[in-house]
Amino acid sequence: MDEQRRPHILVTGAAGALAQQVIDRLRETCNLVAVDFREQVYLGDDIPSYCIDFNKRSFEDLFRRYKFDGIIHLGRIMSSQLTRMRRYNANVLGTQKLLDLSHKYNIKRMVVLSTFHVYGAVAYNPALIDEEAPLKSAGLSADLIDSVELENLANIYLWRYPDLNITILRPCNIVGPGVRNSISTLLGMERAPVLAGFSPMMQFIHIDDMADAIVLAYNKPQRGIYNVAPEDWVAYQHALKLCGCKRIPIPSIPPILPRLILRTLNLRSFPSYLMHFFKYPVVIDGRAFAREFNFTPKRPLKEIFRFYRENKKPV
Amino acid sequence: MGLASYLKSRLIPAELDSHINRIRKPIGSLGYDPWGYNNEVMKYGFSLTRQIYDKYFRVEATGVEKIPAEGPVLIVPNHSGQLPIDGLLIGYALASREKNPRIPRAMIERFFPTVPYLGNLLNEFGAVLGDPTNCAKMLANGEAVIVFPEGVRGSGKLYRDRYQLKRFGNGFMHLAMKYKAPIVPVGVVGCEETIPAIADIKPLARLLGIPYAPLAMPVVLPAKVHLNFGDPMMFDDLEIPEEQVTERVEQVKAAISELIDTGLSERKRLF
Repeated sequence: MDEQRRPHILVTGAAGALAQQVIDRLRETCNLVAVDFREQVYLGDDIPSYCIDFNKRSFEDLFRRYKFDGIIHLGRIMSSQLTRMRRYNANVLGTQKLLDLSHKYNIKRMVVLSTFHVYGAVAYNPALIDEEAPLKSAGLSADLIDSVELENLANIYLWRYPDLNITILRPCNIVGPGVRNSISTLLGMERAPVLAGFSPMMQFIHIDDMADAIVLAYNKPQRGIYNVAPEDWVAYQHALKLCGCKRIPIPSIPPILPRLILRTLNLRSFPSYLMHFFKYPVVIDGRAFAREFNFTPKRPLKEIFRFYRENKKPV
Repeated sequence: MGLASYLKSRLIPAELDSHINRIRKPIGSLGYDPWGYNNEVMKYGFSLTRQIYDKYFRVEATGVEKIPAEGPVLIVPNHSGQLPIDGLLIGYALASREKNPRIPRAMIERFFPTVPYLGNLLNEFGAVLGDPTNCAKMLANGEAVIVFPEGVRGSGKLYRDRYQLKRFGNGFMHLAMKYKAPIVPVGVVGCEETIPAIADIKPLARLLGIPYAPLAMPVVLPAKVHLNFGDPMMFDDLEIPEEQVTERVEQVKAAISELIDTGLSERKRLF
């Protein structure tokens, strides 16, 4: 009988720690299929896992074979990975392919993971940025364009095809065990670079809380764009201190100087195009998501930072 | 005892500590709010400002009790003196009042966040980038906000233009109407004499990327400052044409002008 059928969900970006947390939360109640652009991951015998490029024709076979009801698209390649062109192909063209197929195969629910980076870090940012704010990031750095374009694409499909039921999530810094993004790497370092004289306000969300948020979002078919962030804030340099990092100041003026230094050092954890995020605050307002999906993060900042303080030297 | 705790014990006596803690702010688990205000750093700022307020400028504040004890309120003073000393003194006057103290938020120039160290420090003391979104969100949070509608036109004016109000923007009135916030006008007398400027070197300002480059003595003179707080003014939130909003702004401007005249007539000497 049809009513007995468990929902079939495609999860992209399966090699990431966040996707695995989401999969763990859904595997009891749903039939999952995991894909990743980068590598094939083993997730147990009950979850088929593929290493596949969304732009390849064989990707459509998955839609034919598994008859998905929903898609959780977490497979955005971060700005610090791969070359700009490969990232563009994967993030923008790949996402368009995914959205096209979702429309073609009558998918009923989609959650797309974006990032707060799309707002862009500029000196004139107000605090508690709403979802309606313009996405200034594309004007700041070519390396963040693919993030903005991914969002814009999802946005077009969100309004053009209401039946897809797309929800776009823009989380603040996701941190915690297993996370490999720039900010998490910085918090885990013994010595972390800072821009002298700048310590912008930041928000952090624990990976477990973010996985909860994604599952909550998936389960309530409420279309729209939502920021995801706890109602707690801390200055960047204070966060480093609480994580037990020694701070290495990089001269911040004139602006050409830090850019030159960072380009020369070519740090993956502190790339020059993310420099402004360590200079000016991008504080987002997560209250709309909290209200709509009844979401409250459970892990406080102190607990998050304790993890980094106690895991300076991985075994 | 570490250096930090020694300094704290010297600079922040217990009564000051409890005074600031008594003013409850909506802050997160690490003492910050979204705009960067920090309760602990604020205590140092308060302690330092007390010396400046009492000993250096010997401020006389009249009518500070007219600012409501709670809820959103816009405090609208005249601006002068090249540096935002007037905002600091008004903020201290309200934060230090015996009954119902409040820590107001000052809206600062867009230039400050780009200045290393100073930008963050101002944020930690409660100053916030002068953006309408910031002001709106803070009024929605029920905060007391200090707004200088003259902006850089006011703070950068020359000594020969002292106590002449420059053009007021209308933004603060729209926000006051929308959030049903009373407007408390303030007349500041004395700050014009703290850094008297005789010229503005515009090419230098452009070169440095700052709003103005005053030709003035590189010291802050200890002028005696008078703060006169006026009665709260309430405006309804009806949809009205911009012309009428400007008329309302003019009413506030006139009230400030009157308060400045009162201050000037009460003033016995410059220093």
